[in-house]
Amino acid sequence: MDNSFSAPHYDDTEPLIVHVPALEHHSTPQHRHHFETEEQQREAGSFGMWLFLLTEIMFFGGMFFAYLLYRNWYYPAFAAASNQLSVPLGAINTAILITSGFAMALGVYYAEIRDRKKLVFALVLTTVFGLAFLGVKYFEYKEKYELHHIPGDKFSVAMFVNPHAYELTKDEPPLAPDMAEKTQVFFFLYFAMTGMHALHMIIGLGLLVWLIARARRGDFSTGYVAPIENFGLYWHFVDIVWIFLFPLLYLINRHPLK
Amino acid sequence: MSAATIVTLPDQATATVPKKNYITSEHGLLSWLLTADHKRIAMLYMISITFFFFIGGAFAGLIRLELLTPQSDLVAADTYNKFFTMHGIVMVFLFLVPSVPATLGNFLIPIMIGAKDLAFPKINLLSWYLYMIGGTLTLSALVLGGVDTGWTFTTPLSTHYLNTHVITAALAIFIAGFSSIFTGLNFIVTLHRMRCPGMTWFRMPLFCWSNYAASLLMVLGTPVLAIAIVLVFLERVFGVGVFDPAKGGDPLLFQHLFWFYSHPAVYIMILPGMGVISEVISTFSRKRVFGYTAVAFSSVAIALFGFFVWEHHMFIMGVSNYSALVFSLLTMLVAVPSAIKIFNWAFTLQKGSITFETPMLYAFGFMGLFTIGGLTGVFLGVLGMDIHLTETYFIVAHFHFVMVGGMLMAFLSGVHFWWPKMTGRMYPESLSKLAAVVTFIGFILTFMPQFILGYLGMPRRYAAYPPEFQVLNVFSTAGATILGVGYMLPMLYLAWSLKYGAVAGNNPWQATGLEWQIQSPPLTENFVETPIMDHEAYDYEWLEKQQTEGAKYIG
Repeated sequence: MDNSFSAPHYDDTEPLIVHVPALEHHSTPQHRHHFETEEQQREAGSFGMWLFLLTEIMFFGGMFFAYLLYRNWYYPAFAAASNQLSVPLGAINTAILITSGFAMALGVYYAEIRDRKKLVFALVLTTVFGLAFLGVKYFEYKEKYELHHIPGDKFSVAMFVNPHAYELTKDEPPLAPDMAEKTQVFFFLYFAMTGMHALHMIIGLGLLVWLIARARRGDFSTGYVAPIENFGLYWHFVDIVWIFLFPLLYLINRHPLK
Repeated sequence: MSAATIVTLPDQATATVPKKNYITSEHGLLSWLLTADHKRIAMLYMISITFFFFIGGAFAGLIRLELLTPQSDLVAADTYNKFFTMHGIVMVFLFLVPSVPATLGNFLIPIMIGAKDLAFPKINLLSWYLYMIGGTLTLSALVLGGVDTGWTFTTPLSTHYLNTHVITAALAIFIAGFSSIFTGLNFIVTLHRMRCPGMTWFRMPLFCWSNYAASLLMVLGTPVLAIAIVLVFLERVFGVGVFDPAKGGDPLLFQHLFWFYSHPAVYIMILPGMGVISEVISTFSRKRVFGYTAVAFSSVAIALFGFFVWEHHMFIMGVSNYSALVFSLLTMLVAVPSAIKIFNWAFTLQKGSITFETPMLYAFGFMGLFTIGGLTGVFLGVLGMDIHLTETYFIVAHFHFVMVGGMLMAFLSGVHFWWPKMTGRMYPESLSKLAAVVTFIGFILTFMPQFILGYLGMPRRYAAYPPEFQVLNVFSTAGATILGVGYMLPMLYLAWSLKYGAVAGNNPWQATGLEWQIQSPPLTENFVETPIMDHEAYDYEWLEKQQTEGAKYIG
């Protein structure tokens, strides 16, 4: 670079830049004006969704971190409390959710082949299985409520201190009162994690209703599949969170260390 | 100071601000509140963060006023706690985090890469509304009676021992956090997918690189803060023990989650400022930024290392000695990419044709103050030193050197630098130079004594202190007064310049960036036709060639 460079005295009332004629523009209704091409728009949307899911992973990550920490600290309490979760209900819910994810994947496929009726059917199926999941979850939560296993003022450790007095826990070893208190930490994390997961499902179901309405109108049967595709990513993410929650909360360490 | 200047303004007798631009394209309040134009949203942010800056600044003033005398005589100790909490929350979450990205970044990134807008204009507007909801909730926590946890929400203090408006303030930060996530997400997608033909990664201005690095931190870090805050919220509401040791919780877990965000957050705050400095130093030295690639990658390196140093906030909290050792080492490693930047800026200046316009004065202020702030950070990264200095005024001085001396200087530098582009008008040159100098002097006088106070052992967050510390505290309060004047001045003369400033023309600095090649203020969609980039962002020979040859124009 020439060190003696000085700014030219130049009266710039006009801007300057090399330019080319405007690139080809599509004029489909979904095409937003600030994207050069529809392809660019679709890529941007999908990339944005993946990034959003990354933030979701970090969000849930905090709770998984807390779970792993306290599981190590309070192993016996976590084992005893985990035994109070119903594996059959959890397994049924896992199956329901995976089926719902399959229906969603079908939906993306039907949108891509521009089949309006089958797309609507697949989305409705996704919604029905999503609702079924929440229904099962309701009965699980209700049982916890009846057993006073919801963290807070009414939480009771009686079942863990004196398990033989209860039909449900008659084969369980008793916990020291100190350790039994820690079952509340387990249940807090259980409700926080599954509750946050359920909240994501409820938001997803709301979006599904909106997508079904638009799909019925034929919005996604003309080759414009981005919203379906991106919602599919979200829905599968919610599935995957459950795929981690189910083994961590229901399946592992059901038996105290000998 | 040399009389030389590169300012090139059009003939004031005939020049006018273009009639058609993003400001005049639509009229009425609703056209602003419902806009999807990144430039208008940037302006909305500019107004709102200035408002919150002065709220936060007012609390800083009250804190310094209380500390004028050793006794806690202006306000009671718990009111003082509310003052510094509100100062911290407002300044960190409502000013520093969104300052450069949401205003300058929002305005400039699409233009710098030759795009019409950010990838998701509606999400951009949503992020401003979330910011405003967060801000309103913060103010309501204040009006309802305040919150006194400190901006760090330390548990179990925040969960069990305080009866102030912790939940309102926590909710405010949770919501403002999503505003920041959406801004970061928008920038990343935009920089990946919206660059114009020919705009390769290594032709982009460094401002884009540093905002990209900061966006990575926003997207990956902020959700962790969000979950930490949700857990504090649930713990307060249901009274269970995730963080309360009395109920089996681990207060250190909160510290880990909180600092996992809040340490990277200081890089969210400083990185975009570093981007501004790269642009300003290059323009006013008439030279390509020395070691462009190194500066670009050092931003990414800061973002990467920034995620693995958080435990240095917790050295005295009973963490394992071995992990403290590793974190201490990693903390010192962050100094390397920061030093790469400082050295490269210094080499950019070397043999450059330096002129001293206002943005450059602020940039010099940044370089000096950030270097001091950064190096004292290395002191604090050393385990033995940290035990002596942590929770004293040394810490306060350290992060104010980085955040105020560094970031605020960079923000003001950027605002002055791009003011002609954003408004089409020049600010008054002499007055703004005066403001830059006043700010610098006020800053040194405020915070330099605090290093000494901290080293002598004056703890932070107390309304009273031993009488022997009074002299230095009086210096500090006097400095804060000068600093206040330094910040009031730009607000006044910038507002004045909106109507009475000289017409700036398209490229008053003779700068090379794409944003300087279009009209000021820009059109709603920035470019008449999609530009094609055939050179790097700092190609002064290209600019000279264009101007002498009078190449093709677009407007």
